[in-house]
Amino acid sequence: MTVAAEGSPPLRMAGARRNPLLQSEAVQGFALISPTFVYALILLVLPILVVIAHSFWTQNYLTIDHTFTLENYRIALTEPIYRDLLWRSLYISLTVSLLTVALAYPIAYFISFHGGRHKSLWLFLITIPFWTSYLLRVMSWKVILGYNGVLNSGLMGLGIISEPSDALLYNSTAVIITLTHAWATFAILPIFVSLEKVDRTLVEAATDLGDGPLRSFLRVTLPLSAPGVISAALIVMIPTVGDYVTPKLVGGKDGVMIANAIQAQFGKASNWPLGAALSVTTMIIVSLMAGATVLVIRALQRLAR
Amino acid sequence: MTAMRRFLPGWLSSYATLYILFLYLPVIFLPIFSINTAATPKFPLSGITLHWYEDLPKTPALIDATWNSLIVGVSASILSTVLGILAARSITRYRYPGRRAINGLIMAPLVLPEVIVAISMLLVMLQLGLSLSLFTVVLGHVLVCIPYSMTVLTSGFEGFDRSLEEASADLGESAFGTFRRVTLPMVAPAIISSLLVCFTISLDEFIIAFFLTGTEATLPIYIWGQLRFAAKLPGVLALGTLLLLASFVLMTIAEILRRRAARRTQNEEGLHA
Repeated sequence: MTVAAEGSPPLRMAGARRNPLLQSEAVQGFALISPTFVYALILLVLPILVVIAHSFWTQNYLTIDHTFTLENYRIALTEPIYRDLLWRSLYISLTVSLLTVALAYPIAYFISFHGGRHKSLWLFLITIPFWTSYLLRVMSWKVILGYNGVLNSGLMGLGIISEPSDALLYNSTAVIITLTHAWATFAILPIFVSLEKVDRTLVEAATDLGDGPLRSFLRVTLPLSAPGVISAALIVMIPTVGDYVTPKLVGGKDGVMIANAIQAQFGKASNWPLGAALSVTTMIIVSLMAGATVLVIRALQRLAR
Repeated sequence: MTAMRRFLPGWLSSYATLYILFLYLPVIFLPIFSINTAATPKFPLSGITLHWYEDLPKTPALIDATWNSLIVGVSASILSTVLGILAARSITRYRYPGRRAINGLIMAPLVLPEVIVAISMLLVMLQLGLSLSLFTVVLGHVLVCIPYSMTVLTSGFEGFDRSLEEASADLGESAFGTFRRVTLPMVAPAIISSLLVCFTISLDEFIIAFFLTGTEATLPIYIWGQLRFAAKLPGVLALGTLLLLASFVLMTIAEILRRRAARRTQNEEGLHA
């Protein structure tokens, strides 16, 4: 130990003399992360900039006209079909994120406060279904909700309905159910993490000072876990607004979402600039909605205290 | 009040059980209907058969898709784990300005709508004159795998005792030698866990592959094509069941390794405390 302590300063100085710049912690750290950083710049930042650029251009058959125009945004915001799709996508993603968070909170609470020795086993149990193919999970819901599906045949078997109902599949409710199921894990984990950070002595103090379990939960645990609730809501809301598979498989005509329209612009309809404008509009509006959600949760958190 | 306190955990644990049922319910129907003789998935089962499974190896398109998925999965998991190691090491070991912002950018694909990520990459690749192929799919999968790789690796790298590396350097080992002989063995379980997680994600990923592939189909794209035909459903369910099993086995191994990695680094911490 003493040898190491005596030996290290000269060694480090020798290194510093060789290349003082490389010895600096900041430069080393930055050099180490730069390949991954550059990868994200080229395959994420650059592509998003290209999409934004395209949204201001127009397309004549196969050539892109590079004159600046806001026409695509006018179409995206005023054409009834796109306006309706946008509203529906926002409505679905807001409903799904609220539902997912509300359903996930008790389970995250249960694992954190009553999980005991089995905490990690519970967490593992919850993550397994998430690791099965998204496509297959959506398809299972189609099997469950379909006309000849499990739910219909089950309800008929129990004598609750006399003939299969076609109201279960191919509408926005089916999309909401499927997405709520698909994103459950993403909501549980951040809430669980923030509940783990809640200082248990604060809860005890509240109880000692005469707060009942419900009051101490509402005034201590719930406000302290707000950061987890916020990240859970955002991590569900933003990706679901652009979901493509679920509306396509279980949404039918009444469950089509904006991603299906965006895909059509890059496929059959082949109008890249319009598709780009729809993407940018969706991202901006969902960010605004996400920001509003954060503000509402923060306000509720202050009220609870 | 005491009654309530006793009642609450009971209520919660039955809710937890119900919730787990809700999570597993749709997954359970895949294997059940994959052994049904009838093509329509409904109860009661008309009979039990394995012939949907026997048909799978006889489908050339499926064999091709499986190979494509394996190639993409292996390449994407190796590439994203290498990039993940560099980034996770930098984030957990060094302090520098912009560190959080860069981390945020690298993690961003996790919270962006996949369709938008996919079409943006598609636009750039077409502009760059890259022809769409399995290679472009790999590029896309690496981008979405890195956040997961980072999550697994940072938890493996955190709590890692720096003094061991310093000791190695003080004893005259080069930076690379220290990494290979001290750091790597400590974090190996986390690295393998990251490889498995990324492989599983790539194996199941549909949207990015759907937009970025040329004529070659990966397994999810093959499944997507089959979903249009009601008569093909049992075959898809059988394939889905096999994929489910594969994901389950891979993820269980990854989880065991991740825990071992966490325990290893924590033990070292404990020794020095």
